[in-house]
Amino acid sequence: MPTSDYDPACLPDLLPLYYRRLFPFSQYYRWLSYGGVSKNYFQNREFSFTLKDDIYVRYQSFTTQNELEKEMQKMVPYKVDIGAVYSHRPSQHNAVKSGAFQALEKELVFDIDMTDYDDVRRCCSAADICSKCWTLMIIAIRILDRALREDFGFHHLLWVYSGRRGVHCWVCDDAARKLSVAARSAVAEYLSLVKGGEETLRKVVLSDPIHPFINHSLSVVERYFQQYAIVDQDILGSKESVDKVLTTHIKKDLTIYYQDEKNPMKRWDRLCSSIKKGGQYFDKEIMLQYCYPRLDVNVSKGVNHLLKSPFSVHPKTGRISVPIDLKELNTFDPFEVPTISLICEELERPTADEAEEDDVKDKENEQEAGERRRIRDYKRTSLAKYVKVFDRFLEAMARSWKGEMLKKSGELETSFSVFLTFMSFTYT
Amino acid sequence: RQFYQRARRRKKLIGNFQNDLYDQCLQFYGQPPLENISLTEFETFAVERLKLLKTVENVGVSCGKSSEQYTKKLDAEISSLNFPHRGGISEYEKRRKDHISHFILRLAYCQTEDLRRWFIQQEMDLFRYRFNCLHSKHKTDFLHKNNLKYETVSAEEKKNLKDKLIASSYGLSGTKVEEHDVYKVPFQDALDLVRTRKVYLLAGNAYIPHHEIVTIVLNDFRTRLSKALAMTARSLPAVQSDERLQPLLSHLSHAYVGQDYSIQKNIGKISLEQIDALSGKSFPLCMRHLHKALRENHHLRHGGRMQYGLFLKGIGLTLEQALQFWRSEFVKGKVDADKFDKAYAYSVRHMFGKEGKRTDYTPYSCMKVILSNPPSQGDYHGCPFRHSDPELLKQKLQNYKVSPSGINQILELVKGMHYQLACQKYFELTHNVEDAGFSLNHPNQYFTESQKLLNGGRDIKKEVDMSQRSQENPASVTHPSQANSKQAHEEMGDLDSFFQDE
Repeated sequence: MPTSDYDPACLPDLLPLYYRRLFPFSQYYRWLSYGGVSKNYFQNREFSFTLKDDIYVRYQSFTTQNELEKEMQKMVPYKVDIGAVYSHRPSQHNAVKSGAFQALEKELVFDIDMTDYDDVRRCCSAADICSKCWTLMIIAIRILDRALREDFGFHHLLWVYSGRRGVHCWVCDDAARKLSVAARSAVAEYLSLVKGGEETLRKVVLSDPIHPFINHSLSVVERYFQQYAIVDQDILGSKESVDKVLTTHIKKDLTIYYQDEKNPMKRWDRLCSSIKKGGQYFDKEIMLQYCYPRLDVNVSKGVNHLLKSPFSVHPKTGRISVPIDLKELNTFDPFEVPTISLICEELERPTADEAEEDDVKDKENEQEAGERRRIRDYKRTSLAKYVKVFDRFLEAMARSWKGEMLKKSGELETSFSVFLTFMSFTYT
Repeated sequence: RQFYQRARRRKKLIGNFQNDLYDQCLQFYGQPPLENISLTEFETFAVERLKLLKTVENVGVSCGKSSEQYTKKLDAEISSLNFPHRGGISEYEKRRKDHISHFILRLAYCQTEDLRRWFIQQEMDLFRYRFNCLHSKHKTDFLHKNNLKYETVSAEEKKNLKDKLIASSYGLSGTKVEEHDVYKVPFQDALDLVRTRKVYLLAGNAYIPHHEIVTIVLNDFRTRLSKALAMTARSLPAVQSDERLQPLLSHLSHAYVGQDYSIQKNIGKISLEQIDALSGKSFPLCMRHLHKALRENHHLRHGGRMQYGLFLKGIGLTLEQALQFWRSEFVKGKVDADKFDKAYAYSVRHMFGKEGKRTDYTPYSCMKVILSNPPSQGDYHGCPFRHSDPELLKQKLQNYKVSPSGINQILELVKGMHYQLACQKYFELTHNVEDAGFSLNHPNQYFTESQKLLNGGRDIKKEVDMSQRSQENPASVTHPSQANSKQAHEEMGDLDSFFQDE
């Protein structure tokens, strides 16, 4: 069992170790610099830290990777959140004329939280999750990932396990980072199908014609519905649960109507039209109500909204917020995600390669050595495979940065290469 | 010599630039006019555009913007107004006027939130109408000329996506997809459609059918105009300091360009004895209703007294007649003559401009009656088509011997929120005519038209325009523009005035 027992009381001891030897700072910095295409992108980024005893500090910003490391190692945050890229360095926002300090850009983000499904899952509630309801996250990821890529044309999506009961999505495309508040909220609403709170029993209403997006989403849900809802959640297993399913659609309408309408013929008419009304897409509505992703529009809307950082630790569970490899989504197990105690423990275990590495040590300078050690370090732990996922994500983005940089220095590059070609011809 | 050359070049530039700008019958008003014009032209252009915008507004309210009649009606009204219309020949002068007058009105309408909102709404409706008049090719030309890089989708792509397009866009059929253009627009430019999932999205582009592209363009238009007005407001103090312009501009934003029935024609031509009969024959339903309530209860509350009292003033009652009318009625009720003189007479005199601010109040237009001060329990004012329960309205119409089919027509119009059209229908049914022959927007207009019809068409009235009016009123006020503007202030332009009631 790869999960070591985690005790929140150990955090003060484990975190310093984590930040000194395991947190993938160089990849993290590479991500948030976005290839240096925009000046000061990293420097103007807001971070917020939750320190021991729930002390919360905002408007943290750093000028270099080194400074980021040193500060995090010094402050030892329990939680790290990432905010927007501002017009000025967040740490100096008080020195800026009021009104001039603005949030300019940020990734488009989504937060799917299992508690939002409490009305439709029977296995757990609140902060608990289990392998049965985890399917809901799989469904959510598949549906949203497809839509964000195919409908909205985004390419660089980072899906991250939040550490306890949900997943986050970071859309990192240049176009996504530049979206306005109105655009973000429009995207979130486009992706929302389940509407209504406690009072609403019928939360999904479908009518002709069915938008292609809904059809795509339905085909995902259909793949999982029978196993998830009928078998695992057993929604038709008991009278109580059956009532809930039907109530959702037909019974409630009728009950209300019947309170006022005593004429039996009219009541019958109503029943018939209800079945026809609720019947056409009755089954699809049920499937969507029980399985379709529920996202919090407010999280996605705000340019300055702060969201938990990837590779942050979840203080209650100890689990690291790791990137999720979509190619292995079906086998992703949130209970296999390493905790900070596990990886710290794994760090202490000696490995066979250590002797070899000692030779290389002398040929490097201090920082490189530190980094190399750290790279070796996380590679020794269960964190390795998740950092690899992050690396692949960065590779794909780096190709687009290169394109951006070329575009920016475009003419210079082309003319230079033309010159070179000319020269090489002349000299042949 | 250099100066001469520069001036020549500048003139040429302006000439070319404007030729360019005026080669289409509509524009985004991105560039302000660069030429000099006379003060007369300044005022004339402004007033004419105001008339145009008021026409757009009136047709919109009386017809409902999505009805078929709307475009037809606008066509009819606008063609008589000497503004660019459907790209006729020799439109250059009209387009120049269109361009300049828009910018002048910006100055007048940028100052408050309400004025801005009104101006933007009418300009948008006008723009939408003009854009829809363009041929499909000209629409695309217009878009490209204005840097809206909305491409049309190729026939092949349309074929491949046909089913998806039909399933995502409202009102789109297979034939429409084949025959009409579909535009590909970055999704960020079509947020309203994206938000409500009323459009097909692929690879970050929204596929907008022809009939919806105008919504996208309109959003763009509104955003630009809104920003421009905000900027204009900031530079307004400089403009207002010009003494020649200041009175003109403040006059404009308060002006009402339709007949406001404030000038009493036919003063004293109506006797009090006639009112009962007239209420059945020539009063619109709201006034007939108020009159009946007054006769039955010998009382009306403030809202009713204002609406009905001003109407009576508009049909020609003198102050003495009005005082006699109200007193005789109220005295039959719980109010004795003394109390009437103390409490109510004052407000009647007030209506005629003989008390307090001495503002001569104008009779309420349909819009004012419909939109402001809704009646509550014990009130009889308002518009029956708007404020009455349909069942009660139906009964009332039955009592007034309106035919069942007529009643149904009226109720249909009410359901569609076309209250003025419903009243017009009531006119047609009670006067036994197929077509009322006018576009109803004022209760006094109803009365005048009714009298005209019943008296065999005498008194053909032309719309009195601004210059004529100020000429007719030399004796009544010392500051014509201010008095007119105060009167008109009540009417339209500033929505706040709707909620003022003395």
